[in-house]
Amino acid sequence: MESFISVKNVSFSYGKDTVLDNISLEIEKGKFTALLGHNGCGKSTMAKLFNALLLPDKGTISVDGIVPETEDEVYEIRKKVGLVLQNPDNQLVATIVEEDVAFGCENLGVNPREIRERVDKALKAVNMYEYRRHAPHKLSGGQKQRVAIAGIIAMQPECIVLDEPTAMLDPQGRKEVTDTIRFLNREYGITIILITHYMDEAVLADRVIVMDKGSILTQGNPSEVFSQAELLREHSLDIPQSAQLIHMLKKNGIKTDTLPLKPDECIRLLEEMLAGTDFRLC
Amino acid sequence: MIRDITLGQFFPGTSVIHKADPRVKIVLVTAYIIFLFVTGNFVSLVFMVAVVLLGVIMTGIPVKMYFRGLKPVVMILIFTSVLNIFYGKGEAIWQWQFLKITWNGISNAAFVSIRIIALILISCILTYTTSPTDLTDALERLMKPLKVFHIKVHEIAMMMTIALRFIPTLLEETEKITNAQKSRGADMESGNIVQRLKAMIPVLVPLFVSSFNRAYELAVAMECRCYRGGDGRTRMKVLKTGARDAGLIIFSVFVLVGVILCNVMFSEMIVK
Repeated sequence: MESFISVKNVSFSYGKDTVLDNISLEIEKGKFTALLGHNGCGKSTMAKLFNALLLPDKGTISVDGIVPETEDEVYEIRKKVGLVLQNPDNQLVATIVEEDVAFGCENLGVNPREIRERVDKALKAVNMYEYRRHAPHKLSGGQKQRVAIAGIIAMQPECIVLDEPTAMLDPQGRKEVTDTIRFLNREYGITIILITHYMDEAVLADRVIVMDKGSILTQGNPSEVFSQAELLREHSLDIPQSAQLIHMLKKNGIKTDTLPLKPDECIRLLEEMLAGTDFRLC
Repeated sequence: MIRDITLGQFFPGTSVIHKADPRVKIVLVTAYIIFLFVTGNFVSLVFMVAVVLLGVIMTGIPVKMYFRGLKPVVMILIFTSVLNIFYGKGEAIWQWQFLKITWNGISNAAFVSIRIIALILISCILTYTTSPTDLTDALERLMKPLKVFHIKVHEIAMMMTIALRFIPTLLEETEKITNAQKSRGADMESGNIVQRLKAMIPVLVPLFVSSFNRAYELAVAMECRCYRGGDGRTRMKVLKTGARDAGLIIFSVFVLVGVILCNVMFSEMIVK
């Protein structure tokens, strides 16, 4: 598999605080990767390293073969890797939705007619086209975050990094945002790096990387990662509720090889187990 | 509610004035204000008032809104009128000790008041029919020649846009902090003015801290979106002047000629 971002032996510290300690990882092109971890485990710093907002103290990061050394290289990387931040209020610049979406394109010096096309397309992709003439402060959190994502898509990046985009949203807003992310990944083939501490969101990814105290704890596809319930629990990280239920059932002597991660998979498994008994799931 | 405060109220519409190029509007309004101060007698003033009233009607915005726009200047109007009435020259028509009222004073007061009202109305027409973004955009483009003097035109316009964008956000936050402090027993409503100002400190401190955080995050977000200042930037909206704007400009030239003619023809009526 082709690697899009490759991080080699990277360390980073703010003054004396070492945030990242000799980390190496690969982000595959076109894949949806989730980066999991506690607050302060260095995942936000990682996000800023991905698009060259910060530069590593030691080690190298290359994005699509580019290592950020000169200002032009940094600019090239930012064109390829868009970053969506946690607080939707603080990343919208303009007073009208469509003008905000256009902001990135305007910075890139795209010609006006093409900006118009890109903005319309981006707003349709996040399903916010009807709101294009609205003022950002009148939108809900989920809608604002989708506008922020549209602003990044309009720049046509190859990869979007989302730093806890759902942390400040209600469940409805979270669903809107995660649906949008998956849609972009599937339909447009954009590489997605989702930084989160919600296990339910990590389950949606192709690949999960778990970080703890500035280094990588474990990585793999979601079922590989969440089958290591003990390891995760040692580092006081949760596993998805469905997986947790099955783990507990297994401990109590119920035999099954599959590990459901999503609620509907879990219901199906339970129904299979209960088939032939008198118990029924509602 | 604190959130009801609106600055530079904009009423979307489809009138000729709404659709005109904001640059043309700014230039014409500036020109009108200059004409207004050039007018020397009641005939040309009436002419100018007729022009502004025509503008008011053309916008199609309820006249009520214009009255609302005039409200804040009522005090200034009363103050200048009173001063003018008592400072007139000539024969007194009413006198009490050193206070005297003359016809000259009354006509001066009326003249100045009408001038101020026309001034407010024309600015209302501009802000009511032009969205804040269009205004800042037009200002940026009009001020472009100032770049010669190393004035950072783009940066100024950017700051205005961001300020406009964050006014509602910060108002909302002020309300939130005020409520939070009240729920902890802060008393903001009673006491004299000094005490009340002191009570604002617990609101202002968190507001300032969070504003700085916001500013930092916004800067990061802007940098993420490849912002590098005004150089090499394009704009999605291209301002175009059309036949409509040419019409407005020609109309304004007529107004200018009209004012000059009135001033010359009725020069003996000039108010001193």
